[in-house]
Amino acid sequence: MRIFDPHIHMTSRTTDDYERMYEAGVRALVEPAFWLGQPRTSVGSFVDYFDGLVGWEPFRAAQFGIRHHCTMALNPKEANDPRCRPVLELLPRYLEKDGVVAVGEVGYDSMTPEEDEVFAQQLALALEHDLPVLVHTPHRDKAEGTRRSLDVVRESGLPPERVVLDHLNEVTVKMVAESGCWMGFSIYPDTKMDEDRMVAILREYGTERMLVNSAADWGRSDPLKTRRTGDAMLAAGFTEDDVDRVLWRNPVEFYGQSGRLTLDAPLDPGTLFEGNSVLRGTPA
Amino acid sequence: MTREEVRAELAAALEPALTAEASAWLADARKRIAGDADAAAVLLPAAGRRCGRDPRPLSVGDAASGGLPWTVEDAARVLMLLELPCTGDALAARLDDLYWHGDANERRAVLRSLDALGAEVGDAALPLLNDALRTNDTRLVAAALGRYGAERLPAHNWRQAVLKCVFVGVPLSVVAGLDDRADGELTRMMTDYARERTAAGRDVPADVARFLEVR
Repeated sequence: MRIFDPHIHMTSRTTDDYERMYEAGVRALVEPAFWLGQPRTSVGSFVDYFDGLVGWEPFRAAQFGIRHHCTMALNPKEANDPRCRPVLELLPRYLEKDGVVAVGEVGYDSMTPEEDEVFAQQLALALEHDLPVLVHTPHRDKAEGTRRSLDVVRESGLPPERVVLDHLNEVTVKMVAESGCWMGFSIYPDTKMDEDRMVAILREYGTERMLVNSAADWGRSDPLKTRRTGDAMLAAGFTEDDVDRVLWRNPVEFYGQSGRLTLDAPLDPGTLFEGNSVLRGTPA
Repeated sequence: MTREEVRAELAAALEPALTAEASAWLADARKRIAGDADAAAVLLPAAGRRCGRDPRPLSVGDAASGGLPWTVEDAARVLMLLELPCTGDALAARLDDLYWHGDANERRAVLRSLDALGAEVGDAALPLLNDALRTNDTRLVAAALGRYGAERLPAHNWRQAVLKCVFVGVPLSVVAGLDDRADGELTRMMTDYARERTAAGRDVPADVARFLEVR
């Protein structure tokens, strides 16, 4: 089973996770820029975080045979802190980088006027830089937040096939299916979605425009939930081709709209140097 | 070696490795940067996806060859940097901006460009080398140890950098000027390192053994 995890925060995970993910079939992933649990208070913290997403993290992933890409944005939670707002001025340079395959995570957290503004501005950036968009739907007041997100997307002029609304569930999937946008589902140990409910949604809505992710981060989460969902699909009678479509071809199609995906096996960075492996050395 | 010499060699080595489309894109990008240094901020990041990422080493002439092999991506970016229409302090400031706003591959290209641009910027780019050498990213550590680093890094920093190569798995063959600059202090550091490995029951890396053998 080959797996592309379209949403996972590897900065918060260990090398053990990379090893287990590779064993489970993960060969590529997208790490969306989001908050880090502790709110940031200055633009400099974002610069270092963004630099890691296009620097150290892809290097780390490559050592374990996994292709790392990312999305960039000012997330809705921190959009509410005026000290973080100047991050918007940094984005145009980051949105040109090779490994950046979408604008995201944008959207709503508490549905404030500040979030409205920052959301709309970043959808305009996506149009300017010709990138797809990853929209985070809020945890609180989710149905209303999803409805409003769809309205903002419609007003932006972005074609729906270039937008994914993420963290959907039984209540919000229908309106997104009807909008023509892509549907993202985060499979979690005890919140958001679980793998059996995911299988039920796939039965009802089919496999087209569906993205399944682990959204694993610093909270209680599991980077192997993509694999578990694939296993649950097979157990429920879906074919291997269905699983391949949901867990590989769909994310490739969605993020491939950026023209910046790299999917051949990464060279161990050590092979740049005549077959010496970086893994053999002791960290300096 | 001068900007012009390196530029001619890299262009000649790169041309057969590019598709017609990539070649046209690169020619246009170089022209735009030569006309307006600001264009580099948008064009430099795109070089990988436009020119290709074939990792096989290109064969270059003497002026451009150092210890580190040239890939299509590195050569394309360095060629673009060698078009920057400025020199001296203005060039140093421009390289600084492109490094600090660059992803790891762009930073690597800025570091590699210094072998040809070092004579124009003097010591002004040393802070970039020190940043690269603070990382554990082998792509950056290796690129910081070209001719510019060999000529300008203070002795202590340079020795620490060479030892770091051994730690993170960058082969010593990529360190420019190793034989000329290696001194008694570096030999002592390598000897101590070999002793530490042996005491722990671990292998001494082949590079360290080779280094000590000839001293």
